[in-house]
Amino acid sequence: MKLMITLTINGTQRSIETELGETLLEVLRREGMKSVKLGCDTGDCGACAVLLDGSAVNACMVLAVAADGKDVVTVEGLERDGHLHPMQQAMVDAGAVQCGFCTPGMLMSGIDLLSRNPDPTEDEVREALGGNLCRCTGYVKQVDAILATARLQAGETDA
Amino acid sequence: MPDRIVPHFEVVGHSETKVDAYALVTGKPVFVEDTDVAGSLHIAFLTSPHPHAHIVEIDTSRAEALPGVALILTHENTPARRYTTAGQGYPEPSPYDTRMFDSTVRFVGDRVAAVAAETLEIARAAVRLIDVRYEMLPAVLSIDAALAVDAPVIHDEDDSTGIHDAARNTVSVVEVDVGDIDAGFAGSVTVVETVCETQYAQHAPIEPHVVQGYLDNDGRLVLVSSTQVPFHARRIVSMVLDLPLYRVRVIKPRIGGGFGVKQEILLEDVVGLVTIRTGRPSLAVLSRPEEFYASRTRHPMRVRVKLGAGDDGVLRAVDMEVISNTGAYGSHALTVMSNVGSKTLPLYNKAPNVRFDGKTVYTNMPVGGAYRGYGATQGYFALETAMDELAGDLGMDPVELRRRNHIRVGETSPIFEAIGEGKAGVEQTVKSCELEQCIDIGAERIGWDAKRGARRRDGSWVHGVGMSIHMQGSGIADVDMAAATIKMNDDGSFNLLIGATDLGTGSDTILGQIAAEVLGVPLVKVVVYSSDTDMTPFDTGAYASSTTYVSGNAVRLAAEQVRDQILEVASSMLGEDTKKLRIGSERVTTPTGEIVTLEDVGLRAFYATDQIQIGATASYVGAESPPPFLASFAEVAVDTETGQVKIIDYVAVADCGVPINPAAAEGQVEGAVANGIGYALTEEMLISDHGRVRNPTFFDYKIPAAPDLPRIRTILVDSYEPTGPMGAKSIAEIGINAPMPTIANAIYDAVGVRLHTTPFTPERVLDALEGIQQNG
Ligand code: FES
Ligand code: FES
Repeated sequence: MKLMITLTINGTQRSIETELGETLLEVLRREGMKSVKLGCDTGDCGACAVLLDGSAVNACMVLAVAADGKDVVTVEGLERDGHLHPMQQAMVDAGAVQCGFCTPGMLMSGIDLLSRNPDPTEDEVREALGGNLCRCTGYVKQVDAILATARLQAGETDA
Repeated sequence: MPDRIVPHFEVVGHSETKVDAYALVTGKPVFVEDTDVAGSLHIAFLTSPHPHAHIVEIDTSRAEALPGVALILTHENTPARRYTTAGQGYPEPSPYDTRMFDSTVRFVGDRVAAVAAETLEIARAAVRLIDVRYEMLPAVLSIDAALAVDAPVIHDEDDSTGIHDAARNTVSVVEVDVGDIDAGFAGSVTVVETVCETQYAQHAPIEPHVVQGYLDNDGRLVLVSSTQVPFHARRIVSMVLDLPLYRVRVIKPRIGGGFGVKQEILLEDVVGLVTIRTGRPSLAVLSRPEEFYASRTRHPMRVRVKLGAGDDGVLRAVDMEVISNTGAYGSHALTVMSNVGSKTLPLYNKAPNVRFDGKTVYTNMPVGGAYRGYGATQGYFALETAMDELAGDLGMDPVELRRRNHIRVGETSPIFEAIGEGKAGVEQTVKSCELEQCIDIGAERIGWDAKRGARRRDGSWVHGVGMSIHMQGSGIADVDMAAATIKMNDDGSFNLLIGATDLGTGSDTILGQIAAEVLGVPLVKVVVYSSDTDMTPFDTGAYASSTTYVSGNAVRLAAEQVRDQILEVASSMLGEDTKKLRIGSERVTTPTGEIVTLEDVGLRAFYATDQIQIGATASYVGAESPPPFLASFAEVAVDTETGQVKIIDYVAVADCGVPINPAAAEGQVEGAVANGIGYALTEEMLISDHGRVRNPTFFDYKIPAAPDLPRIRTILVDSYEPTGPMGAKSIAEIGINAPMPTIANAIYDAVGVRLHTTPFTPERVLDALEGIQQNG
């Protein structure tokens, strides 16, 4: 059964035709948001994480109809005025990107964490990344990148 | 020994930003599945529910009738020629025992049919409508069952080749005898013997296997594949589908990790055939469960190690006996087995008497393949466990025992020559080895002297430390060939074209750095394009830790030729002898300070005088395979109530020669160690009595997440490999061999139990603890 839903994707409202059983992951990829990756389809890897009304969720576990009327942010929507989001830059600088397949999901979980907890400990960062699997890095440099982003953003607020 | 002279580098040795980092971090559509190819068919597979059966009848009529189904492939309408899915050098050292689709299925997950349809949903629905009548055959579901006298024969067909003894389910044997092993043990004061059993494990790249096929405007088959071996994929597809090689092009875009599992041709043949038969683009992606049960695994092994040493702890005899389970097909069976010995035994070259006896058997179980570490991982678990046991029996510090026995600069081992990959090896003398330093630093950082034997308690948790040492190789000597092409542009920039395959490892970046260093330009002036069989020169591919060393040397040689051409042009511009000219900072300089920029050189060569394309292609084959070395130390805590093991601290100290890109090299160690920790503690494919993988999801097959790991501490020591490009050796695999023995030895230090069966789950730890209580 075809249904129409409305999603705000990276700031732009779109009317989208969807099937009843379709997931948010499928819809977002069809809409061109290829940063949203399929790693498992069971909610266990975090490669498909996006921000839904500001909170990180696994898009493979959300039915598209359940996201009707909501606001979605994907990695395609992180840049501002041609500048990378500080966490993207931090990932590059830390050497945290190996194959990069997990990176979009990691960014979403990291951004979600800092929005709730601007000054996390290393353990808190690791906990927040608990649902994001990376097979390449051993997480060291990704954790460093998120901590560096927190420090940078704290500095900006102080200033 | 004179001090090494490590040259000063401008680009090499710096953690340059990866050339693909910005595309990846902004989520650009750079992976296979990110390009929507209009009109593409989707492919789904029917796989066998039985471990061993004949297909008596296969009826696809109901499936074909489903609207939207374009093509169904079965053993009845596909090429029958046997081949190996292993993407290795030609002729492959793996048996030709596989068909695209066979009338006999040999494991749960073996391919029965493929459906190509307008959508994946339709393809999957059609798969369910295929009716297959099977005749069950007796199944072989363990190493022991494979070796039993009356064992059912798994490959009884008469058209398979390259199997050592099919009637005995034996794919391959490797036997090496150096010195006199019996005399060696007779002359030893202390002898230990240990048997270790390792489990089925999977690579679990976060991106599964995926291939998109289409026909180009000339009707040639183009396969965009998540492969580690584009050139082998082209060769194997051309052979299986009986297409001229020049009618096939394989492109590897960015890929989401490989770790060996993408050294296997699993989808390219089917996508290729669907696209050729239908004339339409087609896409195949393995689902996560298929990735687990139908792709490839790490060969489970039983390894027996016997060590004999004198009072001084110096080894007199080393005996290693290995049985490996390759599952239903012999992919990498012989060469993984070779590596169990060839990458471990030379480390302890003091022993004059060495025996290696390896046998790989077929079972009706999931198929083994190449997996980071490639047999060395299984071998090191047993060897380094046995070394720890020997230290215990000798009453010697395990660190000291390793110091007395490991190989050093200027030394060799007969094993280098005795065991190669599918043929004899290559004699070599170790030219760089900083293992002593690695051991010293690791022991100091983990706090070895204070913690070893201290058994610090924290409630029910007891702490312990363990260590192990390792070597690997840098490519396959005398086998792997890599080539690189560099061409100059009129603005003084360069294109680097390489067959080498970046799996996310950063090889495009480090190869660019090597070219930039020789050519005296910043990395941004080297535009790297890799892994496209139409556009880039040959490379055997990304495996065997070959890229930095083998491909790196090819890039260095090509860059040196291009540099010489530039100096020729500059020489006529400046009226100065080439020998007196210096290249660097994007210019060529005379001793008196006269300058031409590379742009001046490019413009002149392209448009003005003696016009010529400055450029060169060079290739490289390693005459040897210089080993990287690693000392690994861990502190663990064992919960004596629950059997749970926590990694408190992990220190990996590596000698990879000059790290071309230190951050990337550290990343390789960190990732490999993390994967090895999973292999040691949680990762195990559970196989049912019927041969079915019971846990084919990330929920049930637990790979380490960030909270499960400590901050892995990686230290790269100063080292210089004289045969390497800019002094480098490879580093991608070695780290994965370390955690299993290191953690096992640390568990022993904490609670006094030896674990010989992997992984070290809470149940196994508790069982072992109860064992000592009962015996004690
Ligand atoms: S694809 Fe959604 S969590 Fe793995
Ligand atoms: S960088 Fe490859 S999975 Fe994380």
